[in-house]
Amino acid sequence: MTAEVTTPRARSPLHHRAHLLAAADVEGPRGVRLRELPCAAQVTLRLDPSSPAAARVAGALGLPALPVEPGGVRTAAGATERTVLWLGPDEWLVVGPEGDAPAIEAVVRDALGDGHGAVVDVSANRTTLEISGPCAREVLEKGCSLDLHPRAFGPGRCAQTLLARAAVILRQIDTGPTYHLLVRGSFAPYLADWLLDAMTEFRSPEVPR
Amino acid sequence: MLLIPCPWCGDRDETEFGYGGQAHVPYPEAPETLTDAEWAEYLFVRDNPEGPFTEQWVHTAGCRRWFTLVRDTTCNDILAVHRTGTTNPVHP
Amino acid sequence: MTETPANPHRLARGGRIDRSASLSFTFDGTRYHGHRGDTLASALLASGVRTVAPSIYRRRARGIVAAGVEEPNALVQLDGPCQEPMLPATTVELFDGLSARSLSGKGRLDPREDTALYDKKYVHCDVLVIGGGPAGLAAALAAGRSGARVILVDEQNELGGSLLSSRAERIDHAPASDWVASARDELTALPEVRLLTRATAVGVHDHGLVLVAERRTDHLGSTPLPGVSRQRLWHVRARQTVLATGAHERPLVFADNDRPGVMLAHAVRTYVNRYAVLPGRRAVVVTTNDSAYATAIDLVAAGVQVPVLVDARPEPPPALVAQVRAAGVEVRTGSAVVGTDGDPSLTAAWIAPLDRRGGAADATAVPCDLLAVSGGWNPVLHLFGQAQGTLRYDESLAAFVPERRPKGLVTAGAANGTCHLAGCLDEGTAAGTEAAARAGFTDDAPPARPRAQDAPPAPARALWTIPGGAGEPPTWHTHFVDLQRDATVADIHRAIGAGMRSVEHIKRYTTIGTGQDQGKTGAVVAIGAIAEALGVGSPGEVGTTTFRPPYTPVSFALLAGRDRGHLNDPVRVTPIHDWHVAHGAAFEDVGQWKRPWYYPRPDETMEAAVLRECRAAREAVAVMDASTLGKIDIQGPDAGEFLNRLYTNAFAKLKVGSCRYGVLCKADGMVFDDGVVMRLAPDRYLATTTTSGAAAVLEWMEMWLQTEWPDLRVHCTSVTEQWATVAVVGPKSRAVLAHLAPDLDLSAEAFAFMDFRETRLADGVPARIARVSFSGELAFEINVASWHGRAVWDAVMAAGAAYDITPYGTETMHVLRAEKGFIIVGQDTDGTVTPEDLGMGWVVSKRKEFVGKRSYRRPDTARPDRKHLVGLLPDDPTELLPEGAQLVADGVPTTTESGPVPMLGHVTSSYRSAVLGHTFALALVKDGRNRLGQSLQVPLVGRTVRATVTEPVFYDKEGTRRDG
Repeated sequence: MTAEVTTPRARSPLHHRAHLLAAADVEGPRGVRLRELPCAAQVTLRLDPSSPAAARVAGALGLPALPVEPGGVRTAAGATERTVLWLGPDEWLVVGPEGDAPAIEAVVRDALGDGHGAVVDVSANRTTLEISGPCAREVLEKGCSLDLHPRAFGPGRCAQTLLARAAVILRQIDTGPTYHLLVRGSFAPYLADWLLDAMTEFRSPEVPR
Repeated sequence: MLLIPCPWCGDRDETEFGYGGQAHVPYPEAPETLTDAEWAEYLFVRDNPEGPFTEQWVHTAGCRRWFTLVRDTTCNDILAVHRTGTTNPVHP
Repeated sequence: MTETPANPHRLARGGRIDRSASLSFTFDGTRYHGHRGDTLASALLASGVRTVAPSIYRRRARGIVAAGVEEPNALVQLDGPCQEPMLPATTVELFDGLSARSLSGKGRLDPREDTALYDKKYVHCDVLVIGGGPAGLAAALAAGRSGARVILVDEQNELGGSLLSSRAERIDHAPASDWVASARDELTALPEVRLLTRATAVGVHDHGLVLVAERRTDHLGSTPLPGVSRQRLWHVRARQTVLATGAHERPLVFADNDRPGVMLAHAVRTYVNRYAVLPGRRAVVVTTNDSAYATAIDLVAAGVQVPVLVDARPEPPPALVAQVRAAGVEVRTGSAVVGTDGDPSLTAAWIAPLDRRGGAADATAVPCDLLAVSGGWNPVLHLFGQAQGTLRYDESLAAFVPERRPKGLVTAGAANGTCHLAGCLDEGTAAGTEAAARAGFTDDAPPARPRAQDAPPAPARALWTIPGGAGEPPTWHTHFVDLQRDATVADIHRAIGAGMRSVEHIKRYTTIGTGQDQGKTGAVVAIGAIAEALGVGSPGEVGTTTFRPPYTPVSFALLAGRDRGHLNDPVRVTPIHDWHVAHGAAFEDVGQWKRPWYYPRPDETMEAAVLRECRAAREAVAVMDASTLGKIDIQGPDAGEFLNRLYTNAFAKLKVGSCRYGVLCKADGMVFDDGVVMRLAPDRYLATTTTSGAAAVLEWMEMWLQTEWPDLRVHCTSVTEQWATVAVVGPKSRAVLAHLAPDLDLSAEAFAFMDFRETRLADGVPARIARVSFSGELAFEINVASWHGRAVWDAVMAAGAAYDITPYGTETMHVLRAEKGFIIVGQDTDGTVTPEDLGMGWVVSKRKEFVGKRSYRRPDTARPDRKHLVGLLPDDPTELLPEGAQLVADGVPTTTESGPVPMLGHVTSSYRSAVLGHTFALALVKDGRNRLGQSLQVPLVGRTVRATVTEPVFYDKEGTRRDG
């Protein structure tokens, strides 16, 4: 590793559009708000969940176990907030704050030891869109065929699915509701456009019946 | 639009999946020992039943797992779903 | 100017219209008035207009027949920013300023863009109830009270269904309308119940998917609010569906049954009770069943003269007869209408007793201006049929009713053939309860079931055609079966005379049921008439035609939703995209990606720009954004073995720090994808794929790993967008790189072709630089985390400025690679091409096994005279052959007269070359490698040019340029 070099600041796929997203805020009971949360650390983890390595990796990440139920999400308590998202029966995404990817990768590789697994830094592969507010679910329902009703989905759950024509990792954060949409960088402008379009109607009063 | 029960993620719209054709057509263990006719059978010949058909799907937009399901081709009823490599039906 | 509302046919009181709101509208250029709550049809009838456009083929005068979606005649085209054709006036809610024109069965799509907004919504529920009449409301209440998630959809502007047309019906000892209001209030208050009015369930699809078309804003008649869609297509996934879709009344088939003034009896009742409109002043009611008696009584109550009610049944229920007689109406039993008079609107109905065989004699004329007919009821089972439910013919109802129910679907009320209110309520409650229970919800509280006191009706008489006038059925040219298609009993006989027997064939021969209304009033009548004409015992032996979505027409604009314009399909862009836009790039679509195609300078043609970009790459330095290439990280101890099994060439022994070009073939041996693979570590590779093949390759790799080789310890991860890739190409590229990557020894000795290095760029960005070349020139591909892509591009442009670095696009990339004979999968291949066909036998390992290797011994794949990839040089060095142009051997005639022309192959790639000073092409040619030097014909439009077959490598055959 070269010693301290000032690298250019990472440029997220939507950094040019931050003002457009902010300008689309809708307040009040029909409120909805869209933001990009740029440059989160993201590390793909692949291993056999029944292997001893899985327990070691979970422990190293500060978790009692990796989430093994489909759509499970676990957040580790610790100085650095790291969350593990279930993506498949032997696949997880570890999400952390910006710049945390090398540390995550090192921790996981160390815990993996000679156990078989794969660790890939994919931080720049996807960006995060946060959509929140009372009408956030209604916006998503215009393009997502998943059942997002509280009886079927909620905080602490994630799913890989399609939103409009883009593949996303959809994660519910709270009951506001707030959702995080992890989307590939190349799709981010399209998805932001689609969301802004879908949000427009909430600026107007509800259509009378 | 089928509603396909991914054995991992549960019910999802067909648009999230890729189709892999008839299931249980394994790659021959020793292709070089096969006759041309046997090899052509592997490459090109598949069943086309009226009724239950075991086929492979992949949850492309979800967990990216391949799995098999039994679908009645007359009505699209999905009769069973299996994780790859297992024989116990899954009821997600 | 004040205008006085003039509704001469409007009753002074009653109806569900809002008399405080007078709405002005235009119909066929004339101005009229109506009220909020009117349909266009009810407002027209109130204004005394009942004749609409003449019929489609025979130009016969036609009037409004029905009061709902089943209307066959009153089609209109609505004016507006985008005119909408083929709307039944009976379904168009009146709004102020509405302007409509009547159509003779045929509208015209407005060629202008529909600027209105349409969108979609995906929702899920435990119980979907379709139909908001008594059965549907009862079902929704029962299901909703259980706590299930319920959606109730109804096509009308308000809930109530048939009860909106009622007058005296009572539920729970109160007027039915009170019950409807309380049911609506209760459902509205239930948190998990959603009510959708003005929403038509148009299609039932697999696994509980129901598409519902909602009309959201038309009735407001005002400027649309921003972002609010005009219509919305709901994708409802329902665990259970209750069909409470009601029934459509059937017309009767008699001579001149299409005269304006002949209406369906229940529609007449709807106009009187719901809209306070009198469709006539003197009415004759003709029926085969009990239901029309209520029409007669309500007409009398509204002040209409009803001289006679005609019942085809010899012995109708005495209580009904007595009730009607008490209202002053004569009842003629065992009789029917056999003809009409009019000029052309109705002035009299001819009534005659029916003999036992249904024949008629001794007709008498009864003057009237309204003939309310009821030929029985058809349960509305379109959605039931779409869901693959089967129907049976019920003799006592003279109707098709549900037989085998599809999974997850129950029917209730009139849709089930149940025609009395008490039965509809009971069935609705039972269906709602059952559906909720099947979805896992039971109501512990004792059910508060709504009740009515009426009894089931007496059996109807099946009366499909009524004799009248002269001649036998084959000559009945005014006995209309399908008004919208102008089809008669005579047409059915003509079809049968032509040999048709199946109802599906007769439908297509006569076009019965193929109009906008899809035969909602005519189809079953036609089946009855066919049964009579074929002499079979019952319509059940004829059967119905197939029900297909949509139940009512939906516009393509609604189906498209927001998938239009810039949201039509994702536009994928690289991190460097904004630079390309700012620098005037023309873009090419590659899959969903926007890639720079070329960068024209002001007033520069594409041809000139591409030649300039090519020269820069060959003579100095040029740069391309190659970020779109697919990238797959492959990790695990068995990664090398895995790649060995998939690629035709070997990777297990590739050195760490090196790259190798590889080809992927499917099991049939045909080229599927290609790309460079880097070995990052002993147990880690990075495979690149074509831009458009990335997802398919990863999915395919996963298929082999998961289904065939689960024992291999390998994991694949897509990293396509983790990396931005900048290709710096040309003899000066090393000098540019020296500025960018000061830590690297870039000499040919230290950094060999097909090696890669990890380094930090001058600005500190970690980078992986590979010496690979798709142009034959010295070239470096710089890979950095994509969020640094733009910064690195800018750094390359800055470092290259001294060498006049030239950005280039995909067109130049194509030219450069074609000059070297490098293929592009998907352009020079099409799934039928082997590596050997491409002259790339060197990439196919003879030593190791790999997927599809066996295919190269198949007789067809091993043939020596397959199509080979060759070069083509047009005789005229300025002639640019079109890609796809066919190639024909010398001397073979290519005129039309000489018959089919044997083709040798086709052009796959064709360009102008700056270094060759000549156009050139790549082509797949039968036995091409044995035709080198041959002159071929290339027939183009109106002329034929010639080209000579060459080897596919045109430039630097010795490969001397790649080290710079």
